[in-house]
Amino acid sequence: MTSISIAHPQTLEAVETTTNGKYAIEVKDLNVYYGDFRAVKNVNLKIERQKITAMIGPSGCGKSTVLRAFNRMNDLVPSARVQGEILFHGHNIYDPGVDSVQVRKWIGMVFQKPNPFPKSIYENVAWGARINGYRGSMDDLVEQALRGAALWDEVNDKLQQSGLSLSGGQQQRLCIARTIAVKPDIILMDEPASALDPIATLRIEELMRELAQQYTIIVVTHNMQQAARVSDYTAFFTMNEDRAGYLMEFGNTSQIFTNPKEKVTEDYITGRFG
Amino acid sequence: MNQVEPLGLTEPLDQKSNLPGRQRLARIWKVIFQVSTVIGILALGALLYNVSDRSFGYIALEARVQPDTLAINGTPLEEMTVEQLISVLQAKVSAGRFRKLNNDKAFEERTADEVYDLILEDVVRPKVVKTWSLTDSLLRRQQVLTEAAEDYPKANVLFRSWLNPRFVQAPQSSIPIDAGVRTAILGSLWTILITILFAFPTGVGAAIYLEEYAVDNRLNRLIQTNINNLAGVPSIIYGILGLAIFVRTLEHLTSGAIFGLVDPTTANGRTIFSAGLTLGLLVLPLLIINGQEAIRAVPSSLRQAAYGLGATKWQTIWHHVLPNAMPGILTGTILAISRAIGETAPLVVVGASTYITFDPDGPFSKFTTLPIQIYQWTSRPQDDFRNIAAAAILVLLTMLLSLNATAILLRNRFSRRL
Repeated sequence: MTSISIAHPQTLEAVETTTNGKYAIEVKDLNVYYGDFRAVKNVNLKIERQKITAMIGPSGCGKSTVLRAFNRMNDLVPSARVQGEILFHGHNIYDPGVDSVQVRKWIGMVFQKPNPFPKSIYENVAWGARINGYRGSMDDLVEQALRGAALWDEVNDKLQQSGLSLSGGQQQRLCIARTIAVKPDIILMDEPASALDPIATLRIEELMRELAQQYTIIVVTHNMQQAARVSDYTAFFTMNEDRAGYLMEFGNTSQIFTNPKEKVTEDYITGRFG
Repeated sequence: MNQVEPLGLTEPLDQKSNLPGRQRLARIWKVIFQVSTVIGILALGALLYNVSDRSFGYIALEARVQPDTLAINGTPLEEMTVEQLISVLQAKVSAGRFRKLNNDKAFEERTADEVYDLILEDVVRPKVVKTWSLTDSLLRRQQVLTEAAEDYPKANVLFRSWLNPRFVQAPQSSIPIDAGVRTAILGSLWTILITILFAFPTGVGAAIYLEEYAVDNRLNRLIQTNINNLAGVPSIIYGILGLAIFVRTLEHLTSGAIFGLVDPTTANGRTIFSAGLTLGLLVLPLLIINGQEAIRAVPSSLRQAAYGLGATKWQTIWHHVLPNAMPGILTGTILAISRAIGETAPLVVVGASTYITFDPDGPFSKFTTLPIQIYQWTSRPQDDFRNIAAAAILVLLTMLLSLNATAILLRNRFSRRL
């Protein structure tokens, strides 16, 4: 049971104690703008710890934007602007004085297209930990992370080979290994299996279930079967006429998929639009 | 109701189509492209032929004093001892000249070979009276030899490679057959070293700033446009800029006076340092633009991955962006440096020496470079200066190719790491 609380909220310096909070992330009145365009409108959401929350919805509904707001990746887009609060264990990550670099250490991210570094498998895993000041046995950490990502048995004899020599599914698991090597609290996944074949997809999904015992996972997906298979909670996003995305419905995955409250959700899930 | 239009085939196949016409056009373009390539290859071939034609060939060599007349008691020059050689030299040159040679380096310390060379230079004084091209020497050998025997009966006719180890090692001289390019090679290498040291870090730094840090506003767009324009400014203008800034304004720095070097011959700022900085300015826009392109070509997914792991901007740039951009940056640097090595005009303005016999001993000495040397030799009236100019061109090309080869090896090393 890993849990963290934050000693100095301004810098998100963490110490190992137990928190009693139920939620890893609480989103309050989140609005995201790209220049003058409002991409995300008034999102309120509570993400439970050590659960998998799926975000689904049609293209352009802002679910990726919301996901990227969770670890301040939107900061890298010059025109992006965020309003509202995102509380990470009770501390607003958008507080002035909070360093986005520190946020990303706690809230890791796996991307749509596998993007290992053009370095050895070992270096791919070790790099993030090293730059974050990890002092300890790097060999142990690499093994632990690769085992955690269910990749160790496939690569333990070729750690010095390029990460790019692996298959697509293996590359994506390498990216997951490199993320957990930094020991984050939350892992964000932006359509992690959309570039993979069905078998590799299945392995990623199994891995997500295993990781959920330790980490809070938020996954954006276009694949509704995937959302239904892996997630505990589902957030359905859609957009209105001015193309601003908003949260339509949020609830237990089983409830969303079997008994949605909203007509739009039902239409989307049954494939009538989107 | 069943009348469905067949996909794509809106007209029957046997109808007159324009396909043969399109195929013909494709063939014509292919031929045009082939011709362009052939023209390029021919131009390169012509260049190499022209240069080699002059670098090798028969020469007629006339000596002022025949070496065999210098023999003492039947001992030819080649077999004499040092003492005998010194006595021959003393007998044949003026007392003043002998004293000067002794002052340069005491005769007691000289070896037999050195004294032998002195006798050749000062007493025998071989003079090239006629040269033939490589084509003539190979294809019309008999005619050349007959002609030489008729016109220059006293001359020694031999096949000479103007490009030889001695040519590369010897300093500049006013006698073509004695002249070498060592001074110019060292001058070129020193200059290019200063250029690289100045332009490479500056160029890469500016490229990183413009690509990774600068925000997209009016000022930065203006800067960008101006850098692009600067890349097209004629090199002579950089020469004038270098003269105004480095030679005149910063004379204290470029002459080395600021470091306590007050050599009166170089104190006017016309030094390797000025030349290197001027060439650095010349290639800087090229390096910046090329560096920016290389950095832009690094996939943004790599940056995102690094940021996603909690890397700072600098860690992302240093560990991922730069290593991945490096092969591209080095390729551009190779091209820019090659251009700088071949530049003549700006260096003439900055004040390259045309005749200099001593090696440059640091960034604050007077200098000449290979292109300057070649330019100066080709403008001489005597035939044999053109031969050594051709040989110097071969040296310049070799130098250029080996520098490029080094850079390519370096680039491949970087690429392999990925």
